[in-house]
Amino acid sequence: MTDVTPQGTEFIPPAEVTEVELYHPHSWWTRYVFSQDAKVIAIQYAGTAMSIGFVALVLSWLMRLKLGFPDTFSFISADAYFQFMTMHGMIMVIYLLTALFLGGFGNYLIPLMVGARDMVFPYVNMLSYWIYLLAVLVLVSSFFAPGGPTGAGWTLYPPQAITSGTPGGSSWGIILMLISLILFIIGFTMGGLNYVVTVLQARTRGMTLMRLPLTVWGIFTATVMALLAFPALFVACVMMLFDRLIGASFFMPAMVDMGQQSAHNGGSPLMYQHLFWFFGHPEVYIVALPAFGIVSDLISTHARKNIFGYRMMVWAIIVIGALSFVVWAHHMYVSGMYPYFGFFFATTTLIIAVPTAIKVYNWVLTLWRGDIHLTLPMLFALAFIITFINGGLSGLFLGNVVVDVPLSDTMFVVAHFHMVMGVAPVLVVFGAIYHWYPKITGRMLNETLGRIHFWVTFLGTYMIFFPMHYIGLVGIPRRYPELGDTAFVPPSVHTLNEFITIAALVVGAAQLVFLFNLLWSIRHGRPAGDNPWRATTLEWQTAGTPPPHGNFGKELPVVYRWAYDYSVPGAPEDFIPQNVPDLPTQGSRA
Amino acid sequence: MSVIFIFLALLMGFIFWWLARQRVMSKPWLEAGPVTAFPRTEAPAIHPARLGLGVFLSVVGALFALLVGAYFMRMAYADWQPAPMPRVLWLNTGMLFLASLAMHLAVQAARRGLADELRLALAAGTLTSVAFLAGQLVAWQDFADQGYFVAANPAASFFYLLTAMHGLHVLGGLVALGRLDARALRGSNTQRLVLSAELCATYWHVLLAIWLLLFAVLLGWAGRFIDICRMLLS
Repeated sequence: MTDVTPQGTEFIPPAEVTEVELYHPHSWWTRYVFSQDAKVIAIQYAGTAMSIGFVALVLSWLMRLKLGFPDTFSFISADAYFQFMTMHGMIMVIYLLTALFLGGFGNYLIPLMVGARDMVFPYVNMLSYWIYLLAVLVLVSSFFAPGGPTGAGWTLYPPQAITSGTPGGSSWGIILMLISLILFIIGFTMGGLNYVVTVLQARTRGMTLMRLPLTVWGIFTATVMALLAFPALFVACVMMLFDRLIGASFFMPAMVDMGQQSAHNGGSPLMYQHLFWFFGHPEVYIVALPAFGIVSDLISTHARKNIFGYRMMVWAIIVIGALSFVVWAHHMYVSGMYPYFGFFFATTTLIIAVPTAIKVYNWVLTLWRGDIHLTLPMLFALAFIITFINGGLSGLFLGNVVVDVPLSDTMFVVAHFHMVMGVAPVLVVFGAIYHWYPKITGRMLNETLGRIHFWVTFLGTYMIFFPMHYIGLVGIPRRYPELGDTAFVPPSVHTLNEFITIAALVVGAAQLVFLFNLLWSIRHGRPAGDNPWRATTLEWQTAGTPPPHGNFGKELPVVYRWAYDYSVPGAPEDFIPQNVPDLPTQGSRA
Repeated sequence: MSVIFIFLALLMGFIFWWLARQRVMSKPWLEAGPVTAFPRTEAPAIHPARLGLGVFLSVVGALFALLVGAYFMRMAYADWQPAPMPRVLWLNTGMLFLASLAMHLAVQAARRGLADELRLALAAGTLTSVAFLAGQLVAWQDFADQGYFVAANPAASFFYLLTAMHGLHVLGGLVALGRLDARALRGSNTQRLVLSAELCATYWHVLLAIWLLLFAVLLGWAGRFIDICRMLLS
């Protein structure tokens, strides 16, 4: 039955990383503010990310109001609309999702799940957060800069990003945006080094790679990808700063800007697009892979069943990670690049559907005949699977050149990427918060408020984005603040736009319920105990809840099994934590 | 973009080779018990800082691969005019080479416990690195005197961009090296400096290698080399 001989008496050397001394805080400041403890840094990351995320949420409200009721909200100018749109996209993709999944969940869960006392470079980890905060502040400051933030669209395509017709193009907006991104990348690289080296180096005794929970696999692979993909954005940002500030011509062709011949000459906008999407497409999976990993753990825990096809899940994560570096130009079918490129990239894009489909099937098969508890984390996980499939299917359309060309730059694209990389990962974020909040605070989140939040968010987002597919198919372009009286726009589009706006307002308001729940439950939630979900992974086996500094007590745990021993026949309970040695009564286990 | 492809292919080849040694074909659900039978799959015993530097250098490698990739992409346009390189770059290359050599000697000295030699080698490494940076500034001056300002033409812009990026990395390395210098001057036990010296030396060797590649690219040698390869292939 086993390839490994269980030899309980054998001496097992301790798994402490001896060279790295655990950092000990001495004052309130170093404990809670300039803390080097990954758990505090995680909460700082998450708090900052969610705060700026709420700004992006309000921006989306304003955009929707303009789109739904252009006459009432005529005071939102076209320029303001472009600025809201740009900031909304940039914040959501980078400052919220990337930071929350890797900086927030990565920091909290990696050391706990692999059985480490902390990250291996705690000081660098702290710096990572403070540089991230600086990046966010620079981003926020662009709202108050003369000319306002940039309105170039979240892709910041040159030449329009730095010409005077674009809001912020010839003033501070674009400069602050680029500087903020550069800071973010520097900060992230510091954090990312930590996540990778901690997973590789600080795993406790017995925690082989194939015993890691899939959450760690997802975050780990995403971090490796981010470390290799973010340099492309870095290069693009630095080169665009050269163009904007020193008048170089990396991306800027010779052009006439507002009747004036510009000083630029001979740059290539296409080069920017290659660099940007070389980062931009892996970025989709940088957000998606942690979500995949977390969802696997949520489903397995709350269906009381081992994850179906663990090996396949791991391989799929790695294959998706590798493939995502060779699909970037499917964002550029209409950019005028060499047509045969499009053929190549359409093929790789569709190939990536194979490992992704494997994951979806495995989630469904994990649920099959499971003891499904419809807890809040499970509800969000189920909603994620459905939403991800829906969003993924429209991706198959857009991945094909011939279908993409007419649909490109319509609301169909907006609906697609919001479903697949907006709503789907955010649902996982919520599920993960409902799942791990009891560990972080020691109290459960309120169930009733949680259910209201879930149903309004889940159904509401469908009311927002399903009609948007139709609007896109009719041919309504994206990034237009208002449609006006155009012959090809049927009246149904206007009605739907109003409907979507109202749905968006309601869904946004539901997030306030969630925020209230988060704050209220810290004091008034039901005490959770150490392991409320009866889960197997190491973070639920800590010395106390919330986990103390150093995570585990005097001795680090030793791992004897994989992370998914749920409902094992013959075991006294329906779960066996990873650090429980083989039980003597368990000989009959097959 | 082929440059970054080659870089990533090499990196991924290494990652897959390493993963293949981690028993990714095992069936963890059948394998309860301690895993002392497979020590290879446990966390590796090397120092975290070494691994950290390795990961960081991969990121730096990706950064420069992308920069060089952008350079080649721009070079392929019809209006590309190469710019003559300042001669002082040859001297700078020599300086960086000496710095790398000095760092190598510093590691040797630290390992043997020779405190004075260590200090001498570190001082030589620091000074030659500073000389390299100063030389790069002189090169910028020369280049500007020849009429190639940053915005003069794409080749000039790339020259400033590439040298600035590389120079910033040297500067960052000098911060770490400065701390090592201070510790060596305070006369702490050389055994405790071995790791830092090795880390600095690795960083310097890689920066030298990157500079040699960049220099070859800027001189146009790399472009000619690729043309020859292309002729051989077709």
